[in-house]
Amino acid sequence: MSGLVKAWLAGGAMLALVASPALASERPFNLGKIATPEEVAGWDIDVRPDGLGAPVGMGNAIDGEEIYADRCAACHGDFGEAVDNWPVLVGGEGTLDSHDPVKTTGSYWPYASTMYDYIYRAMPFGEAQSLTYDETYQIVAFLLYMNDIIEDDFEVSHENIGTIEMPNRDGFFMPDPRPDAQPVASEPCMTNCDVPTNIIGRARDIDVTPEQES
Amino acid sequence: MAEDKNRNGTFSRRSLIGGAAALGSVGLSRVATGAEANPDNLPPNVSEWTPYLGAGVDANPYGMPSPYEEHVIRRNVEWLTASTESSVNFTPLHELEGFVTPNGLCFERHHGGVPEVIPTDYRLMINGLVDRELIFTLEELKRFPQTNRFYFLECAANGGMEWRGAQLNGCQFTFGMVHNVQYTGVLLKDLAREVGVKPDAKWILAEGGDSAGMNRSIPIEKIMDDCMIAWAMNGEALRPEQGYPARLVVPGWEGNMWVKWIRRLEFGDMPYMAREETSKYTDLMEDGNARMFTWVMDAKSVVTSPSPEKAILEKGVHQLKGLAWSGRGKITRVDVSLDGGRNWQTAELHGPVLDKCLTRFTLPFEWNGEELLVQSRAMDETGYVQPTIDALQAERGVNSIYHNNAIATWMVNKDGSVDNVRLG
Ligand code: HEC
Repeated sequence: MSGLVKAWLAGGAMLALVASPALASERPFNLGKIATPEEVAGWDIDVRPDGLGAPVGMGNAIDGEEIYADRCAACHGDFGEAVDNWPVLVGGEGTLDSHDPVKTTGSYWPYASTMYDYIYRAMPFGEAQSLTYDETYQIVAFLLYMNDIIEDDFEVSHENIGTIEMPNRDGFFMPDPRPDAQPVASEPCMTNCDVPTNIIGRARDIDVTPEQES
Repeated sequence: MAEDKNRNGTFSRRSLIGGAAALGSVGLSRVATGAEANPDNLPPNVSEWTPYLGAGVDANPYGMPSPYEEHVIRRNVEWLTASTESSVNFTPLHELEGFVTPNGLCFERHHGGVPEVIPTDYRLMINGLVDRELIFTLEELKRFPQTNRFYFLECAANGGMEWRGAQLNGCQFTFGMVHNVQYTGVLLKDLAREVGVKPDAKWILAEGGDSAGMNRSIPIEKIMDDCMIAWAMNGEALRPEQGYPARLVVPGWEGNMWVKWIRRLEFGDMPYMAREETSKYTDLMEDGNARMFTWVMDAKSVVTSPSPEKAILEKGVHQLKGLAWSGRGKITRVDVSLDGGRNWQTAELHGPVLDKCLTRFTLPFEWNGEELLVQSRAMDETGYVQPTIDALQAERGVNSIYHNNAIATWMVNKDGSVDNVRLG
C-alpha cells in the first residue's frame, strides 16, 4: 500500500475508495477531462532551449525590422535602446562585470529560444500572443542581428532556434551556492562585537522615497 | 473631534486627514499619542458615539477597516517601473500585528496587470510527460483532497534597492514585498497521480493565463514535496491580484515562481529557461557571471516598530516589534541590537512558529531620547544566521538585485524620528 493511500485511510475520508475498483486504476480520483491534441497545442506555447516546442516557421532581420518598428519600437526604441523607462533590448556587451551592468537579450540572455518564447507569449506589452509564428521569428532575427549575433539575411526558424549560440551562454552557474555569507563561529556574537557603527549613508539624504500623500 | 462623525455613521474629511498625518515617513504628529484627544470627551462625559445608533448590518455587506485606518494601504514607488501594470506595491508591515497578512494588504507584483478571470471559464491543463493530459475546472480541483497551510511569500527582489546603500526611507518599501496567509488548495502530488507522471519527468513548467503568460521551471522534487494549487487565502477566494481563481504555491521559494492565474503545468525532462529564470531572477556576481536557479528565500527579519514610518513619540517603555521568516524551515531565534550590532538581546517569539512562515517577535525597551541603531538578526532551524550587508556584499558584490536578506539598520534620532541608514 502506498504512503498516500495510508494517509487517506488515516484521514478516513477516502475509506470507501479502498474497496472500490477505482483504487486499482492509475487515475485515483477520476477528475478532469482528457485534453485533445488540439487543446494541448493551443496552450502549449513554450519553446525550450533545445528547440522543443518551436512552431514551424522562419524569419530574417530584414523582414523583422519593419514589424519591430511597428509593434515594438514605441517602447523599446528603434534600435532596442529603449524609450524612457522601458526595457533595453540591445547592447550592453562587456558591461556585466562593471559597476553599471546592462543586461539585454544580446549581452545577457543565454538562449535564443527564450526570446521566441517570451516575445510570443508576452509582447507587445498588452497585446500578448497576437504575433504570428513567422512574425515572431522575424523579430527574434532582428534583435539577434541588432546584437551582432547573426547576419541580416539569416533565417531563424524552428529548426535552428535551439542551436543559435548566444554570447553569454556560459555566463550562468548552478547549483545554488547558498547558504553563503555565514559567520565562521557557530554561535553568533552577542556582546562587544567588532562591527563598524559609523553612519555612511542615509536614505533620507538620497531623497527618492515617495511622499505620503495627504 | 466633536463633529468628525455624523449621526448616520459617516466620517468628515477632517478626521481622515488627521489620521493620515500620523504616518509621514518621519511623522512626529501627536495624533497617534492621543495628545489632541478632545478633553470634552473624556470621562465622566459620555462619548460622542455613545448615545446614537450606529450603522446597521446592511451598511457594509463586505466589511472594511475603520476609516481611521485609511492610511494602512499598499503603496508603490512610481519611478521604479515604466508602467503600473508591470510593477509592484508593498505590504505595510509596520502597521500589522501578529503573523497573518490581511488579504487586501498583501503586496502585489504582476507583469501584465491583473486579469479578470471568470471562474466558470477557468481551466487548468496538465500536459507533457504524463500518461493522461488532463484539463480541470475549478470545481474539479476543489474535489481533490485539500490542504490548509500558512506560508510566507517573498519576492526575490525584496530589498533589491538597498544593495549599494540605504535608499528608500521606509520599512514598507525596503521589506514590504512579503506577505503571509493561509492557503487552501490541492497538493500537486495528488494532481500528479491523477495524470500519471512518466519516470523521465524531472521538471515542471508552470504557466499563467495572464497577459505576461508568466512561466517558470520547477524541479520535480519540489513539486512532489509541498507545492500546491491554491484557490483560497485566509479563508476566502484568492484576491484577483493574488491569482484568482487559482495560483501555484511554492513554499519557501521566491515569489515569482508562485505563478498566479495558473492555466498550465507541463512535465518535461529539462528546465525551460524562461525569461523569468534567465533574464530575470538570476543573481549577477561581481565577475559578470550569474547564479541561476537560486530559489530558496534565506532567513531574514525586520524591525517593524520603531521603523522609518513608526517614529518613537514618547520617552519611556516601548515594545520593539518585528517579523522573521525563513524559506528553509522554522525560525528558532531572533536577536535584537540597539547599538548597531555591538550588543544583542534575544527577542521573544510569538507562536505559532510555523515552517516557512512569518514569525512575530517583540522586545521591550526603554527610550530616554538617545540615538539608537536598531537591528534584528534571525536564525532558522538549519542553523542559518541572517548575514550583515558587508558579509553579503563580500560574497556577491552589489549587482545581484535579488536575495538581499541582510540585516538592516534603523537609526532612532534624538527627536524620535527614524531613518534607514547604512553603517560602515
Ligand atoms: C507598451 C510598451 C511595450 C511594447 C509596445 C513592447 N514592449 Fe516589450 N516590454 C515592455 C515591458 C513593460 C516589459 C517588461 C515586462 C515585465 O516587467 O515583465 C517588456 C519586456 C520585453 C522583453 C524582455 C526584456 C528583458 O530584458 O527581460 C523583450 C525581449 C521585449 N519586451 C520585446 C518586445 C518586442 C519584440 C516587442 C514587439 C513585438 C515589444 N517588446 C513590445 C513594454 C513593451
